Amino acid sequence: MQFHKMVEFIPLLVKGVGVTLEFTVLSTIAGFILGIIIAVVKVSNIKPLKWLANFYTSIFRGTPLLVQLFIIYYATPQLFDYKIPALNAAVITFGLNSAAYISESLRGGIQAVDKGQKEAAMALGVSYFNTMVDIIFPQALKHVLPALVNESIALLKDSSLVATIGVMDVLRASETIMNTTFIPFEPLIIGAAIYYVLIGILTLLADVLERRVNRSDRS
Amino acid sequence: MIEVKNVYKSFGHLEVLKDVSVSIQNGEVIAIIGPSGSGKSTLLRCINLLEVPTKGSVFVDGQDITDKKTNIAEIRKKVGMVFQHFNLFPHMTVLENMTYAPIKTKGADKLSIGKKALELLKTVGLEEKANVYPEKLSGGQKQRVAIARALAMEPETLLFDEPTSALDPEMVKEVLQVIKALAKTGITMALVTHEMGFAREVADRICFLEGGKLIEEATPEEFFSNPKTERAKQFLEKML
Repeated sequence: MQFHKMVEFIPLLVKGVGVTLEFTVLSTIAGFILGIIIAVVKVSNIKPLKWLANFYTSIFRGTPLLVQLFIIYYATPQLFDYKIPALNAAVITFGLNSAAYISESLRGGIQAVDKGQKEAAMALGVSYFNTMVDIIFPQALKHVLPALVNESIALLKDSSLVATIGVMDVLRASETIMNTTFIPFEPLIIGAAIYYVLIGILTLLADVLERRVNRSDRS
Repeated sequence: MIEVKNVYKSFGHLEVLKDVSVSIQNGEVIAIIGPSGSGKSTLLRCINLLEVPTKGSVFVDGQDITDKKTNIAEIRKKVGMVFQHFNLFPHMTVLENMTYAPIKTKGADKLSIGKKALELLKTVGLEEKANVYPEKLSGGQKQRVAIARALAMEPETLLFDEPTSALDPEMVKEVLQVIKALAKTGITMALVTHEMGFAREVADRICFLEGGKLIEEATPEEFFSNPKTERAKQFLEKML
């Protein structure tokens, strides 16, 4: 084992962690915001918009993420004469992709909330908007929180795909070390360990969040 | 004052209400009774437009609520509803359940509506449950909170949709007592119920529905001692 040879590359790996986290956080935020909007459209009564939202979901669920990333990164310069930075291309792709999955989870969660909840709010004169935000979403969130945590974990792992378009994330950093030192095992296992620890932290945070959301079940 | 005029309601091919007209005077208590599937709940839900009539109109204080231009949220602030399954908001405490709508829809002051909610809880005998989540309440307690929640909006009219049908038998009484006390306060009420003794005691008028039609309307004494229609006679024989 030649782990001692890895020491000089620690700064590179630390930078890689920063990049991986940056991609993941930005993509998650983009995915959640867009996912909520699409979910609201899906439970609405506006037929053409609903159709569009479902079509959107089928496209992004029906094609590989890496293909989507390549299309947005390599085809944007050709189509729009704009050399898109790798970060932008990745955040757009991952955001659009995870929005498709998140919107499906949220739609299921919203529809799982008892119909009587909406009726009770409406009967009290509460507006549709406030009913959704204050009554339906908090209850739907409880149902879909585990699915959303899974989606964030998937995003963190999928962020390693950006290594293929030359971004120096954790995977690319490990790869670079491998190519400089000609040692494959140590840098790659370190890379894997970093992902494992990051996901462990994410899972812990999710547990705390879940306990908070479920507090009405205990007190 | 509520006026239901020639209301029809269909769900797909199923016609649930057929030309129903009924009016409720201010301060009056009416009980809507009839066999299962006769359209009682649907009729009640037309009064606050939880069901939109297929044909006909519903007037609340002279305003046609089936008119698209009517702001239905404004009407609903005046017409409260109590549901069979309570429909309390599970993620809010009892007090939050009661103060949420007044704060959101009427801009009520948090402190004063909180005080008022506590007073209402006292009248339904649940002041010590103010900061508890609904899950910790029994069915009867939930329904009393639901009644208090409706009252916190200071409605002119209260609609009760089978308020005791989902309760264990030993909890029916506590809820009926609250409703009875309420009837004496002069609030306008329409209640759908299977509790015949209760309907007789509390209502000023009985509306008997059968097959989506209002086939008999009478004072409780008349209706229960001397029903005019054959169908009402049969129904009462089974129920009493």
